[in-house]
Amino acid sequence: MAFDSLSEKLQGVFKNLRGKGRLTEEDVKAALKEVKMALLEADVNFKVVKQFVNTVTEKALGQDVMNGLNPGQMVIKIVNEELTNLMGSETTELRFATGGDITTIMMAGLQGAGKTTTTAKLAGKVKLKGKKPLLVACDIYRPAAIEQLQVNGQKQGVEVFSLGNKEKPSKIAKKAMEYASKNGFDVVIFDTAGRLHVDEEMMDELVSIKDTVDITQTILVVDAMTGQDAVNVSSTFDDKVGIDGVIITKLDGDTRGGAALSIKAVTGKPILYAGMGEKLSDLEQFYPDRMASRILGMGDVLSLIEKAEAEIDQEAAKNLAKKVKKADFDFNDYLVSMEQMKKMGGLTSILGMMPGINSSQMSQIQDAVDDKKMAHIEAIILSMTPKERENPKLLNPSRKRRIAAGAGLDIAEVNRFVKQFEQSKKMMKQMPNMMGRRGGKMRFPF
Amino acid sequence: MAEKESFWKRLLNGLRKTRDNFMKSLEYIFNGFTNIDDDFYEELEEVLIMGDIGVRTTERILDELKENVKEEKIKEPAECKQFLIDSIKRQMDVGDTAYDFENKKSVVLVVGVNGVGKTTTIGKLADKLRCEGKKVMVAGADTFRAAASEQLKEWANRAKVDFIGGPEGSDPAAVVYDAIVSCKAKNTDILLVDTAGRLHNKKNLMMELQKINNTIKKEYPEAFLETLVVLDGTTGQNALVQAKEFSEVTDISGIVVTKLDGTAKGGIAIAIQGELGLPVKYIGVGETKEDLEKFDSNEFVDALFYTGE
Ligand SMILES: Nc1nc2c(ncn2[C@@H]2O[C@H](COP(=O)(O)OP(=O)(O)OP(=O)(O)O)[C@@H](O)[C@H]2O)c(=O)[nH]1
Ligand SMILES: [Mg+2]
Repeated sequence: MAFDSLSEKLQGVFKNLRGKGRLTEEDVKAALKEVKMALLEADVNFKVVKQFVNTVTEKALGQDVMNGLNPGQMVIKIVNEELTNLMGSETTELRFATGGDITTIMMAGLQGAGKTTTTAKLAGKVKLKGKKPLLVACDIYRPAAIEQLQVNGQKQGVEVFSLGNKEKPSKIAKKAMEYASKNGFDVVIFDTAGRLHVDEEMMDELVSIKDTVDITQTILVVDAMTGQDAVNVSSTFDDKVGIDGVIITKLDGDTRGGAALSIKAVTGKPILYAGMGEKLSDLEQFYPDRMASRILGMGDVLSLIEKAEAEIDQEAAKNLAKKVKKADFDFNDYLVSMEQMKKMGGLTSILGMMPGINSSQMSQIQDAVDDKKMAHIEAIILSMTPKERENPKLLNPSRKRRIAAGAGLDIAEVNRFVKQFEQSKKMMKQMPNMMGRRGGKMRFPF
Repeated sequence: MAEKESFWKRLLNGLRKTRDNFMKSLEYIFNGFTNIDDDFYEELEEVLIMGDIGVRTTERILDELKENVKEEKIKEPAECKQFLIDSIKRQMDVGDTAYDFENKKSVVLVVGVNGVGKTTTIGKLADKLRCEGKKVMVAGADTFRAAASEQLKEWANRAKVDFIGGPEGSDPAAVVYDAIVSCKAKNTDILLVDTAGRLHNKKNLMMELQKINNTIKKEYPEAFLETLVVLDGTTGQNALVQAKEFSEVTDISGIVVTKLDGTAKGGIAIAIQGELGLPVKYIGVGETKEDLEKFDSNEFVDALFYTGE
């Protein structure tokens, strides 16, 4: 595979960075040159790459790098973080109309992107959500496009509305809506003909469907293998027709799929689903952060990042350990350790890794920082003044009342937390060995 | 000559959008810069990569240019233009492209990933060959995709050629077998075989292709076998991987690049010939039956750099 060598190259550069003590401008440049190559080979648009590299350069050369950490690790971390930032970190759901209105979804895209298949797949998803979808055949141009939708509709157990290929798509759409409201359909999905974004007449056709029918969501269907042109395609569709979301198809191939990043960067529109195969069930929720690492194409480098992060945590843990020994552990430290814990995947998984904890201690701890309670605790600490956080002894009843109000919680809960905090502190003194041990998994002072 | 002229016109027209952007940027670089410096090279790199030519081919072209600038002591950016054109042409040189199958008893097997334009290309090609006086048959060996057979049948009607197919879900190799028998009986000149779109990383589907390939070789050894991989012109660097993977299970003799009527620059044609040495034989520049052209890399590059109207 063409990409392997690049991955190795990038690894090599990062290794060199790791070997050095401090990061110079040249180091950052050299590393980012390889990142740039990797992204371009993944078909991320050149302009997007350029912007990305600039952002990372700025960050890498900033004070962040000087935090006493291995500078190489910092660059890796920033690259991955920025990529995930660009891609977005949350999944986005299909939007339905409210108040008993019929949800209308219009599919759009270039020829051969996979609209007709995706339309049928989407109908299946919608059906699973307990809705009654109707498919509408608005591709009157491609030979046998209507038949294709009909066959797929039948397989999905979803009705297909068609007026043949002699009527205008906007008229078909209008009639379909009448049919849908008469027959109790609550979601209507319009399959449209593939078109080039430079084809004015065909683009106007989409607009006229939109003018005729109140479209809830227009979805752009894009082939994951699209090259540099993805930017022109998606921005033109967005400008001329207006898109609300994107479905990426053919992600079951081995493309790195840089188009996804380009589209997100240029239109800002969320990617809803990914087509993962030819079967009508092969439509999956889209996970932006996974896409980010696929585009970077270096699982091995990413595991380096994780290691780097673990080491960063360890640094913090060491500081924490020192504080505990001196018994000046305060609420600020508590916040920090809570952050670390979130990263580690919650309390229960961490407790399981702690040797030498008996079951009564365990339940005590679990009670104190049950995963669900973490948010409350965070709210409590954030409602404290800086002085209070540094000095738990300051907390008298009137301060606690203020804190409870600020956190939107009952004062009893604040009391309980403060008490448990004192207990944890005591417990930590009894288990000094838990702190700062190798592996970095046993550093939580709860 | 008249034919030649019209081809030029069509090519220029099909590539108009391609050329406009590409050209504008290149003109800006060649005439806007006063010095040949790093910025100049970087801008050039951007234009080439934005054309989907790919990082490697671009690097190679730029290295060659840099060397030449040094050797010939070139000072003016404008002087680089002709060198760049020649360099790209050199990259694309794969010798003379053979269209032997057109004049023989032959089978043309058309393969590619989903939605690239296989069926449409077959329709166009069938029409073209029939117009040249050949007796043509198309076989629908895409028994997988819904209504694929109907689609090809419609194209057979448009192109006025014979059609043979099989029911959805049937063995594609069996369809090919039937077609071969029918071709022999009817003394057909050229059999065009449409196959289901398949991603090149799906092993079982690639094996199926191999089986079709073997059926043709076994049942119709006297026929000349031409295998064309269809690539979508808007595809990025994955097109290279596709061509490579398909060549592992079939004997690829040529490439068809489709959808060059959009804004995609079709630079992938340069990368394919430059990196894989496979000849691009046809390009698709639209959806009607006339929109298929034989590809000539020199003309393609000239058209890319053509300024006058
Ligand atoms: N604009 C343009 N569209 C094209 C071109 N070639 C094919 N198409 C369109 O691309 C779409 C897909 O073409 P098909 O011929 O069905 O592609 P295929 O490879 O047979 O697709 P599958 O059999 O589904 O894998 C159709 O809408 C065609 O009209 C071209 O050169 N330009
Ligand atoms: Mg087909």
